[in-house]
Amino acid sequence: MPISDAILNLETERPLEDGAGGSRSSFLAKDDTRDLLRFSTAGSVDDGKSTLIGRLLYDTQSVYEDQVRSIEGKGTTGAGSFDLALLTDGLRAEREQGITIDVAYRYFSTANRKFIIADTPGHEQYTRNMATGASTASLAIILVDARKGVLTQSRRHACITALLGVPNILVAVNKMDLVDYDEEVFNSIRVVFTAFFDQLGDLRPPHLEFVPVSALTGDNVVNRTTAMPWYSGPSLLEHLQSAPAAEGGASDAFRFAVQRVLRPNHDFRGFAGQIAAGTIRPGDPILVLPSRRTSNIRSIVTFDGDLSAAQAPQSITLTLTDEVDISRGDLIVAPECAAVATKHFTASLVWMDEKPLELSRRYLLKHTSRTVQARVTAVQHRLEVDTLERKPAVTLNFNDIGLAEIESIQPLVVDKYSTNRITGSFILIDPVTNLTAAAGMIRETNIEGHPTTTNAITAENRAARWGHTGVHISLTGSTAFVDAAERTLFLRGAFVVRPDSLSQETLAALIAAGALVLTNTTSDNQTVTFGEQRAAVTNVDDLVHFLEAHAILRGGPRQ
Amino acid sequence: MALAAPALTHLQLLEAESIHILREVASEFERPVMLYSIGKDSSVMLRLAQKAFYPAPIPFPLLHIDTGFKFREMIEFRDRMAAAVGAELLVWRNEPAIAAGTNPIALDTKRCCGLLKTQALLDGLNHYGFNAAFGGARRDEEKSRAKERIYSFRDKAGQWDPKNQRPELWNLYNSRIHPGESIRVFPLSNWTEMDVWQYILQEDIPIVDLYFAKDRPMYVREDSLLPIEQSFVARPGEQPRMVRSRLRSLGCSPCTGAIRSDADTLPKIIAELLSFRSSERANRAIDHDQEGSMELKKREGYF
Repeated sequence: MPISDAILNLETERPLEDGAGGSRSSFLAKDDTRDLLRFSTAGSVDDGKSTLIGRLLYDTQSVYEDQVRSIEGKGTTGAGSFDLALLTDGLRAEREQGITIDVAYRYFSTANRKFIIADTPGHEQYTRNMATGASTASLAIILVDARKGVLTQSRRHACITALLGVPNILVAVNKMDLVDYDEEVFNSIRVVFTAFFDQLGDLRPPHLEFVPVSALTGDNVVNRTTAMPWYSGPSLLEHLQSAPAAEGGASDAFRFAVQRVLRPNHDFRGFAGQIAAGTIRPGDPILVLPSRRTSNIRSIVTFDGDLSAAQAPQSITLTLTDEVDISRGDLIVAPECAAVATKHFTASLVWMDEKPLELSRRYLLKHTSRTVQARVTAVQHRLEVDTLERKPAVTLNFNDIGLAEIESIQPLVVDKYSTNRITGSFILIDPVTNLTAAAGMIRETNIEGHPTTTNAITAENRAARWGHTGVHISLTGSTAFVDAAERTLFLRGAFVVRPDSLSQETLAALIAAGALVLTNTTSDNQTVTFGEQRAAVTNVDDLVHFLEAHAILRGGPRQ
Repeated sequence: MALAAPALTHLQLLEAESIHILREVASEFERPVMLYSIGKDSSVMLRLAQKAFYPAPIPFPLLHIDTGFKFREMIEFRDRMAAAVGAELLVWRNEPAIAAGTNPIALDTKRCCGLLKTQALLDGLNHYGFNAAFGGARRDEEKSRAKERIYSFRDKAGQWDPKNQRPELWNLYNSRIHPGESIRVFPLSNWTEMDVWQYILQEDIPIVDLYFAKDRPMYVREDSLLPIEQSFVARPGEQPRMVRSRLRSLGCSPCTGAIRSDADTLPKIIAELLSFRSSERANRAIDHDQEGSMELKKREGYF
């Protein structure tokens, strides 16, 4: 093509109208305050998903004229008209086959929100792509063809979306124009599909909405239609505009995986990472896992200056008030609400490799910024995603979803996926082919050392939870020193008890329960006594070192 | 419940995601490099790299693939920026092809790009042994890019197989490669052209002056404005004229047309962009050669 054809012709420009696409001033302002919603779309073959997205992009004026011109008269429409689906079907192989193979990401914006669409394929063999698209979405649109009703594929999409923890699901009942905009058709689909979602139990998304649309005509996609007076709810775009952006987690317990230690000189040691949950401020106490060391935030460092607070999911650099040994893969958390360090957990797995799961093999498990070796020790069941039946299984094949027991070589510091989608998720990598073999969502964490559930709680279980053995420690020193010692131990997550008076029976019972029992005598000399061992301590750090040296407190294994 | 924190803006969220990606790659790969093309996307990517590792320096070099057809102002800007940021700058050119007089008029744009960009890129990466290369490509640029992963796996020949991409869930990137294989990484994947301009405005990021409108000598052919930078584009008797114009996207001078514009400030550029109904790569000849041309180029190793 000669260059001249590629040059823009300003004579043909059309100003963006305020309203549908958003006002100009909001884009021009330096303090633009638009937020961001990530949503996924899933639908069966031919249910009009690509047309719907094309419609959203076109009606919000998010496609350029040269893109529209490039599809004019192609696809399933004749000359002079355009098939909106072609705006989104990108790869040659897809256009040849008329289907969508891979996850495609699309973008559009309105006056107060930017949207990222993960557009996922509808074929059964592309379950893994559907899971990929849903993994970062805070809303999912599931398309149902009004003429066909709820199909196997629809249930499959609903199940995978719910399994991936997408909190808002919007069911778009499409092609209403082809069923004469019949309210009964819409209602019966809603009843049938709602019943299916109810069967999901704990996984049922908290927000489920239905909207009748026609992607082809645009009814209820961007603008509300008059074709269905019986429907008084919002249009699809209105739903997207008002759904919570769910980048929340700002009020949850603090979670921060260390990606990298920044040490530009001897005076600066910062821990770089992205906040997975919560809010942090200078002065806040923190606990480092799995080492269980404690410190306080000295500063939140960024290129743009130190911050007085930072929240999920900002990328920041933390400095601490103490010299603490921290490396990539460690998790910095709020001490009062620590994550669980464990080598054993139960997880939902989406198997993504054509090579089936092998129980005897070691895989690489990547969780936050830590990669360890791990095995799948057992498959509890395989989930029949369209009927939600749990089938007995010994392995998982390509695109299977199941519940499995995982054992890692080194401890991982995890949350349940339902609590945190970042610290509760992982991938398995085949160490030979390097392919991503599975995506995992942690459902249950098992207590250290006991992969199989048992009701008996052992001393090891207690030590694993509290980070210390049951012990009696007596201190001498000022009340302020003992208070500080108790607080430090408490912030490390210790089960610390400081009774005023104590019988031998009670002491024994507390030690057996795993408590760190602290008694004290006021004195000018600061000492610590444990059994036969006694030492002078100048400060609380000395005390902690003493306890670690005597294997009372866990110092945390370094890699 | 803690006090409700103010919601983060889309630019803050995009920035946080990009910084996470930059840090992951720098921490998991032995030999990362940032492809620096001098354009506005590279300028944003460079700023994000400064932010990701502050107060430490950027822990990888910048690599510019120089076709020899870049605008003089671009090269000056490149050297100035690298010095200002304190990053190591590497420049790689396909010298044999340049010496042989490779140009888009003698060849076609496709073969010219193949030699001066794709081949030079593969050779450059190979020469230095880089196994991870950041690029400033965005998914909104072109349809096949919409399906590109953030970590784009390349085989030993640097080629991309769209049907064999690794699934990418959450923010967990699979960085495992065999010797000889590599990845291309796109930290700006989720940014749109508008996001990039707004971020440049918000952060006062320096960009090449060619983006701003001013009176420039141009050959005017029908609707086209051709910069005089490369003399061989002139037809016999053709004289350049001064035209108030700017470049919307920076490529090689023979293949990059200018647009008539009065946008001499960032807000005016953004306003102009809002009024445009044509996508930015439309003034780059390479994407128009044939249906799916970008996909074909990428399969061969292009970014």
